Amino acid sequence: MLSYLIRRVAWLIGSLFVAGSAVFFLLRVLPGDPAVTLLAVGSSPDQIDAIRHQLGTDRPVLAQYGHWLGDLVTGNLGDSLFTQMPVLDQIAGRLPVTVPLALSAFVLSIVVAVPIGVFAAVRRRGLLGVAVSTLAQLGIALPIFWIGIVVVWLVAVQWRALPPGGFPRTGWQDPAAAVQSLVLPVATLTIAQGSVLVRYVRSATLDVLSQEYVRTARSLGYSLPRALWRHGPRNGAATVVQILGILLASSLLGTVVIESVFALPGLGSLLLTSVKARDLPIVQGTVFLMTATVLVVGLVVDIVQRLVDPRLGART
Amino acid sequence: MSTPLVEAVETIEAPDIPDRPRRGWRSPSFVVGAALLLAILALALVSLVWSPYGLDHTDPTARLAGPSGQHWAGTDRLGRDQFTQLMLGARTAVWIGLASVAVAFAIGVPLGLLAAAAGRFVENAVVGVIDIVIAFPTLLLAMLLVTVYGASTGVAISAIGIGVSAEVARLTRISASRVFTEDYVLAARTCGTGPLMILARHVLPNIWHTLLVQATLAFGIAVIAEASLSYLGLGTPPPAPSWGRMLQEAQSTVSVAPWNVLLPGLAVAVTVVGVNLLGDGLREILDPQLRQQRQAADR
Amino acid sequence: MTVLETTGLTITLDGQPLVRDVSFGLAARDRVGLIGESGSGKSLTALALLGLLPPGMRTSGRILIDGQDHLGAPDRQWRRVRGRTVSIVFQEPLTALDPLMPVGRQIAGPLRLHQGLNRSDAERRAIEWCDRVHLPDPARLVRALPHELSGGQRQRVALAMALACRPRVLIADEPTTALDVTVQAQILTLLDELIEETGVGLLFISHDLPVVAGLARHLLVMRNGRLVESGLVDDVLRRPRSDYARQLVASAARVTRLARPNVRGEDR
Repeated sequence: MLSYLIRRVAWLIGSLFVAGSAVFFLLRVLPGDPAVTLLAVGSSPDQIDAIRHQLGTDRPVLAQYGHWLGDLVTGNLGDSLFTQMPVLDQIAGRLPVTVPLALSAFVLSIVVAVPIGVFAAVRRRGLLGVAVSTLAQLGIALPIFWIGIVVVWLVAVQWRALPPGGFPRTGWQDPAAAVQSLVLPVATLTIAQGSVLVRYVRSATLDVLSQEYVRTARSLGYSLPRALWRHGPRNGAATVVQILGILLASSLLGTVVIESVFALPGLGSLLLTSVKARDLPIVQGTVFLMTATVLVVGLVVDIVQRLVDPRLGART
Repeated sequence: MSTPLVEAVETIEAPDIPDRPRRGWRSPSFVVGAALLLAILALALVSLVWSPYGLDHTDPTARLAGPSGQHWAGTDRLGRDQFTQLMLGARTAVWIGLASVAVAFAIGVPLGLLAAAAGRFVENAVVGVIDIVIAFPTLLLAMLLVTVYGASTGVAISAIGIGVSAEVARLTRISASRVFTEDYVLAARTCGTGPLMILARHVLPNIWHTLLVQATLAFGIAVIAEASLSYLGLGTPPPAPSWGRMLQEAQSTVSVAPWNVLLPGLAVAVTVVGVNLLGDGLREILDPQLRQQRQAADR
Repeated sequence: MTVLETTGLTITLDGQPLVRDVSFGLAARDRVGLIGESGSGKSLTALALLGLLPPGMRTSGRILIDGQDHLGAPDRQWRRVRGRTVSIVFQEPLTALDPLMPVGRQIAGPLRLHQGLNRSDAERRAIEWCDRVHLPDPARLVRALPHELSGGQRQRVALAMALACRPRVLIADEPTTALDVTVQAQILTLLDELIEETGVGLLFISHDLPVVAGLARHLLVMRNGRLVESGLVDDVLRRPRSDYARQLVASAARVTRLARPNVRGEDR
């Protein structure tokens, strides 16, 4: 286990290095001068040079690359081109919106979708089981922002029950208002993620149900639900952990779209406005951090899987 | 992988034993899926020769009008005919969808085959790259590219294509490796058959149907991704219509013209449900083993 | 007294008969062998006797367990007899056991279910059962996972599980087919011993005539879903009446001669 852990962490560091390099090279080495695209047509050469200096693109590529990697290791992601504030501070300022949004949608979709998915598998021939699967299929096929718009129209416009978007200027100093403004975004993300999870849980359950040990349990007098309860959790755990990893990562990414639907000042909207304003340091910093989060979640998933299924370790 | 939704489309397990199609074209999933897709395709094709109004036509006297005989799907706040927009949007969706799938397969299939055919070292390297690209979501890739090049159709296609290619490469590698370990391939190798010959004669004939199913699913992923990018303002720039941007514009007027939200969302859903059903149907038709597995699940 | 009796059992799938008009009975201490080639419907018959056929298959006839017809009965009624009156051991112990549950808990499960034992009592009984099926170091072995045991040991665990609640009939569906020949012999010896000890009636299903003949007293021969022959083992071996049984006996005799050339010296 320890040697696996070491190998896996080394792999993570390697991946982070590659991801960091990819971000850098995509932005700097591909044809096209960021400084030129940044400025309006007809800017003077002096202005372009100034921007180049600020971006560091007047130095040799390799030197820039070394600089970027060094900064990554020390946790320095540079300064915004426009506000001149450190990228890391800007990102940190957005987390109080994004983290609660992503995490509560993540937890809520597990709580809602796991029982529904198991039900849909056990009753897959029943009317209700088919209805649930169909709804989940629809939830997957509909774009998340469409779900968001409909939720806003229904709850905020028609019923006037909750604000249609935005976040209190004072942030969490007014907890009631902050929670209120997060209800609809969380609900939207939960509907979208929950639909995905229902499908995954359903197929994982079907997989367990098709196993011979379930037949053995039934041959010994267990009912189907009891056989599932006896064998399902331990045998489904490895798959479910993997699914949860994907889900956590996609909850984080989902915030980019959700924050745009609900005009929330989170990480996703920071990224989006920076992309439109071509604020390179913020874009590359945020993208790198998000990718790094996905990679770290993957690491945790692999390790937990090893713990719940000792056969995985035995094979290698 | 541009929105969480996109991750939903399940990956398919490659069948062990390919077999002749057994069930013919009677699979209900296949028929319904094909019908839905054909409807979208028809919208896109008809728009090439006819649409109720021109792309630039605006009707200032009928802004945010509801559905009527004149404007079947109503108009937006500039008085543009929504049905026209929808038809032209279908064209954009189908075009970007197909082009992205082509890019994804052009990158993914050779990469996957290379990993499966080459030695352990190359395979590990390719698997590593695939893992990282999978961890690097399409949406973020698109954002990086848009930052440098600005929003354009080409950027959208590249970003979606590269994003989807990782999954294609993964699946190709797994299916192809499985064939490579089959006894008849070992037998062919001991007879001195070269790797290219083995690829052409044994591997491709055994994995093409898996890849075909994956291509239909990838098309659905690409359509959702395109809509998401357009919604965020990172996709095909105006004036080319797109379902995603129609939704983004409809959102701002949702309190007065909620019907404008319905149709573009429905169009995306019809496309994605269509490809998923079509993929399911193809899988059933092409893979008799799946049916046996399903029967086993019923015990 | 007959514990398990079936009359006119017919199983169809999509209107196509897979098993036709099968009738036989089993009492405690009976040893019945059911032999037939693969696809002859013998395993389906076994599943039908426990009400575990895949959905979509239709059955007709009667399945009497302790005199009560169970065919078409609700699952609730079946659950009262499964594991308690009739048990089954499957062919492949690796997949028949939960790969992630310690084997002791797997044996203890039915004891808790049917006899309401608490966890520690049930685990103690599981250790006793491991001892009865001659598993080495039972107290330690109960904590092992199936993949940590050998194939023969896994089948011993499956036997302990099936017999834990003292059923009166045990159906063994090709229990030794997946095992090495030497291990196979050990399992057959164990089965023999357990039948003597517990008095359980045995329905032994196999495609291998010598294996069945060594254990059973009564023989049923199945082909294409029908019983083609039924009789005492000695009678069937000496005077097979159906063509198929004659072929089976002849080919088994040939194999046995080949297998023991030096004992009989008949191969030259």
